Amino acid sequence: MQRKYIFLLLIVLLVVIAVLVDLPNPPQAINSLMGRDVQPALGLDLRGGVQVLLQPSAGFEASNQNLQDASKILDNRSNALGVSEQVFQVIGSQYILGEFPGKTNTDQVVSILQQTGLLEFIDAGSTYLEPGTVVVTDVASSGSQPPSVQPTASASSSATPEAAPTETKVYHTVMTGADLKTVNVTSSSTDPNPYIAFTLTDSGASVFKDFTTQNVGKYLAIVLDKKVVSTPVIQNAITDGKGIIQGKYTVDSANQLATVLRFGSLPVPLEVAQSTLIGPSLGQDSLNKSITAGILAFIAIALLMLLYYRFPGLIATVALMIYVAISFAIFKLIPVTLTLPGIAGFVLSIGMAVDANVLIFERLKEELRGGRMLNQAIELGWKRAWLSIRDSNVSTLITCVILFWFGSQFGASIVKGFSLTLALGVLVSMFTAVVVTRSFLHLALDRIKFADHPKWFGL
Amino acid sequence: MKINIIKHRYWYFLFSLLIIIPGIIGYALWGLPLSIDFTSGSILEVRFEKGKAPQPAQVVALYTDYGFDSPRVQTAENDRLIIRSKDMPQTTKQAIVDEMQTRFNSTVTVDRFDTVGPTIGAQVTQRAFVAVALAALGILAYITFAFRKVNHAFRYGVAAIIAMIHDILVVISVQVFLSHFLGWEVDSLFLTALLTVIGFSVHDTIVVFDRLRENSMIYRRVPYETVVNHSIVQTLDRSIMTTFTVLLVLFILALFGGVTIRHFVIILFVGILSGAYSSIFDASPILVVWENREWRTWFKGKKPAPTATP
Repeated sequence: MQRKYIFLLLIVLLVVIAVLVDLPNPPQAINSLMGRDVQPALGLDLRGGVQVLLQPSAGFEASNQNLQDASKILDNRSNALGVSEQVFQVIGSQYILGEFPGKTNTDQVVSILQQTGLLEFIDAGSTYLEPGTVVVTDVASSGSQPPSVQPTASASSSATPEAAPTETKVYHTVMTGADLKTVNVTSSSTDPNPYIAFTLTDSGASVFKDFTTQNVGKYLAIVLDKKVVSTPVIQNAITDGKGIIQGKYTVDSANQLATVLRFGSLPVPLEVAQSTLIGPSLGQDSLNKSITAGILAFIAIALLMLLYYRFPGLIATVALMIYVAISFAIFKLIPVTLTLPGIAGFVLSIGMAVDANVLIFERLKEELRGGRMLNQAIELGWKRAWLSIRDSNVSTLITCVILFWFGSQFGASIVKGFSLTLALGVLVSMFTAVVVTRSFLHLALDRIKFADHPKWFGL
Repeated sequence: MKINIIKHRYWYFLFSLLIIIPGIIGYALWGLPLSIDFTSGSILEVRFEKGKAPQPAQVVALYTDYGFDSPRVQTAENDRLIIRSKDMPQTTKQAIVDEMQTRFNSTVTVDRFDTVGPTIGAQVTQRAFVAVALAALGILAYITFAFRKVNHAFRYGVAAIIAMIHDILVVISVQVFLSHFLGWEVDSLFLTALLTVIGFSVHDTIVVFDRLRENSMIYRRVPYETVVNHSIVQTLDRSIMTTFTVLLVLFILALFGGVTIRHFVIILFVGILSGAYSSIFDASPILVVWENREWRTWFKGKKPAPTATP
């Protein structure tokens, strides 16, 4: 009989942790343990924002690597333009999903995404420019860029603070990324550090020849979207259109620079396959409504349980509270992005959690009617109900897995959120039904003589 | 108290068909309107100043000026309009919103703007079918495994899948009528609801089957029909209680959960109700029909063999 106290201790411990996590401002210890501020992640439908699904323009094929590169570039570009909290991810085999919480203007977002990015080599003279410095250059921003787009019109004004322009000096652009033909990362036997080898187009080669001959020993900064990426020194004149960039690169950092050089313009042109804009007031309204509905649903279930099952119903209500606390803590910790259908899935899983309790109580009643002792009836009722609980929940989990897969294919975060919350709900409900309800029943009832209080059990 | 559910099994089957067959006929006549999630197009939801929302006809005229023929305009509470049209680029949307501001002399707030291009819609539909088929196979495999100690474990899986298909058909039938008379569209939320119903349907069925599994071990000499009926009756309290709780939750969600998920919740409501019905009145009786091989008498003009009294 010691086991039940161990279980009880475990439950109390879990509940305390869960409640601490659930607090609007969780204790510092939890935040530092998770390495971030533990807050509920709200989906776009609840906080408002723009979601855009991009695909390669018609006629272009893209490998998964292309898409990964593109999504990284888009992310960097959005950062440079002062967008915050954006998320890019590659979906399935041909989509990139971008989410921009809090944005209300689809046009602005799309224009950020569709410009191909401007790569420039600028004459830095004898000043070394730190990577990340925002510069002003004299290149005409049209030219090879798509005409509909106004690249980086707001770049200098919305630049991130650490990259504020040092001075309003206008740098001369020697050439743009359009003149780069090939870029490779290589290493030689004499130098252990990898370096980047590039070749130029004919026109690029002639410009480069003139410039490098006159500026040996000076700096040539590589700039993407007006932000310095790297500032190598010109060591020799480059006359044949083939050059290398040396430095203390690791394999990773060399590859990173090569990616910028190669794909400063996106590896594939992208177009919008789907976009969604949710106004912030609509989101807030939905959030308030679903919270109200959740609370009301909980009260209704608790009343139903108390009226129908009496004393065990009280235990079920406590178990449900624990269930809600633990689930919400898990949602915050993972974090699961809560969307409107996600919350519906969660509220629905409360219903499933009730089912586990109902199964146990109905069995308990049957065993009591059959004349069993109370603690025997609890054990038997629980054991017999367990198979039903297990099998029925496994089938729900199978559906959840398939829904999740389906949702992942299309960036349908609605479907994904729903299946994830429902699946987590089912798992936690199995835990509360098996551990919490059972321990509580034993703890509270082992000392009661059932024969004295049949009404407590609705018999 | 003796309740004999198995005895009237053909009446219950008939009741199921009474819902499903009109649905199928309705589907053949009217079809199902697919949302832009599947067909491509744009939805623009805008809010006007109080009392300044224009008439739908005015908006249709405005859209037509921009080359978008026959948009569907729906009015909603709080001076909002929901406008569905063909796939629309971002720039056009902005132009249209600006034009609304000037033409209807009101500030216009965009609450929602969704656009789906033509290629993605076809894929979603295709994958949805694959998802349903995979879910069915996964569940069939699991049930056959979980019931491997019972005779004809495979039958339990098939019966559960038939009950599941029943629930899918009921939900689609109801949707056909809601679509036709109230204009509800089939969107990705409907699909989510449908897939959830599948999960719940099997959940309910398994609880009854599980009792049947237990009882058929205990009462080996009792006629199969009696054991099935006994199992249904034993789990009846639980079925009613659980279904009632879930339906109560859904009812509250439909009332207070906001407009965005209302259709979704109502479809779930129908599906859960159907799931509870089919687990009691369809799935288990099918096992009896199978055990007795009753289809041999279906077309001979004779009534099914009289059932043994429990």
